Amino acid sequence: MYLTHTAAIVLRQFYLIRGSLSRVLPLFVWAAIDIVLWGFITKYLNTVVSSGFNFVPSLLGAVLLWDFLIRVMQGVTMTFFEDVWSRNFLNIFATPLSISEYLSGLVLSSIATSSIGLVVMVVLATAVFGLSFFVYGVMLVPFFVVLFMCGIALGIVGSGLVLRLGPPAKWFGWPIPAIISPFVGVFYPLSTLPRWMRYISLALPPSYVFEGMRAVVSGHASAPHGLFWGVCLALLYILLACWFFTRVYRHALHTGLIARYSAENLS
Amino acid sequence: MLPALRTTDRPGDRVSGQAAPQQPRCKIPSMSKVLAVTQLCKTYGEIVAVDGVSFDVGRNEIVGLLGPNGAGKTTTINMILGVLTPDSGSVSVEGIDIATRRSQALQRTNFAAVYAPLPGNLTVHQNLRVFGLLYGVMNLAGRIEELLHQFDLEKFRDVKCGVLSSGEQTRVSLAKAMLNSPELLLLDEPTASLDPAIARDIRTKIRDFAAQGTGGVLLTSHNMYEVEDICGRVLFLSRGRILLEGDPKTLPREHGKATLEELFISVAREPLTLEVE
Repeated sequence: MYLTHTAAIVLRQFYLIRGSLSRVLPLFVWAAIDIVLWGFITKYLNTVVSSGFNFVPSLLGAVLLWDFLIRVMQGVTMTFFEDVWSRNFLNIFATPLSISEYLSGLVLSSIATSSIGLVVMVVLATAVFGLSFFVYGVMLVPFFVVLFMCGIALGIVGSGLVLRLGPPAKWFGWPIPAIISPFVGVFYPLSTLPRWMRYISLALPPSYVFEGMRAVVSGHASAPHGLFWGVCLALLYILLACWFFTRVYRHALHTGLIARYSAENLS
Repeated sequence: MLPALRTTDRPGDRVSGQAAPQQPRCKIPSMSKVLAVTQLCKTYGEIVAVDGVSFDVGRNEIVGLLGPNGAGKTTTINMILGVLTPDSGSVSVEGIDIATRRSQALQRTNFAAVYAPLPGNLTVHQNLRVFGLLYGVMNLAGRIEELLHQFDLEKFRDVKCGVLSSGEQTRVSLAKAMLNSPELLLLDEPTASLDPAIARDIRTKIRDFAAQGTGGVLLTSHNMYEVEDICGRVLFLSRGRILLEGDPKTLPREHGKATLEELFISVAREPLTLEVE
């Protein structure tokens, strides 16, 4: 594995973002709007609920964490889409670049782009709405690690779908976080869900993050084995996502899709 | 009608235009080969795109791969580039098998094709830098400056490739293709859609590359004047098989044709006359 090959993918993304306001703004604008919207909702809820429960760390914190996962996923897919939109597959895959170097480039690009969104969200949530990350303590680290890994896995799967089915398949990839969000209990405890949904929740790493976060906020210790299981699941999903992308890539090499990838390929 | 030639025994074996049919083809000594293609086959469902193609490209040699649309030229080039997996057969660059040591083989290869322009949303310099890193070019900054000068691209250095003219984009693609000073340079219709003056400049650069470098060139073109001008050897491909091979300057006469273009048209229209005695 050559670092220069991976660096080339990151550098390409840097060049594109640096020269384009339309690529810079989406890195943080939607995340910022989410924080503002949910920030005011939590403030309002704090005034109408008489129990004195503070919604900021549980609700606004959950929004921030969930948006982070979405930013990570989009960081991977948007870097991949740049090759789709510029019809660059033939140029890029006819170089010595290996598929693991390419995927590493997508992940590193995502770290850079999602960090921008995260910083903006953290600044807004703390400065404007008084969210304190001290509430979560050291558990914040595994929370972010699990969500980051999960976002990477979803991003690679989304990219694989588009490589296999053609550019219109981006509409299959982007809604994935929305589809899994009811199962992972971003805004409510998993005990709220019917039994069959809870079984699915067990297989989704973010479930352990949001359950853990609510436990910490309510003053209970977060179960470390739950988060450990979440890390293991997220790692497994990354490996499965890489396997899926590699299979799709090999299929594309066999069918010639890489060489003739166009706007409406569905072979 | 073309003179009937000997039918070859195996798919992919071809009839030499230079030597008597029964004589074995003059093989390039293995030490000077940059590309060895052996019994390459590719089918898409029922369609046989490439059917047992074998050939070599020698160092400092420019070989033309000719044939009508759909003959299998681009499919062959894609398999050499490692972006299409052959059903059978092998490709090796400088003796390195592309199926087993893909990265090492492609490190020594590069290409330019009219249908694969560099990303239009990056500038000339940015594209060269990104692809220079991908090819692991040493002293990349110096090499980019050298190529910008060589291809007269200095004034377009910070211009996005998407706004360049066809001729300028072709020069950028060629500059990218020569970034890593490849041992094997693949050019798929390098002068298509260019005006004659620019096309001549491009041909000069291709000839210079073959003459001064350590690499060989495999190119496809539908411009027979161009092929005759720069290729030392041509391979006629039809229906996925190589039918003729020889010197483009003498091959037409050997088959009773006045020009390479006439020979091309005959091959395109009547390939069976070459296959059946």
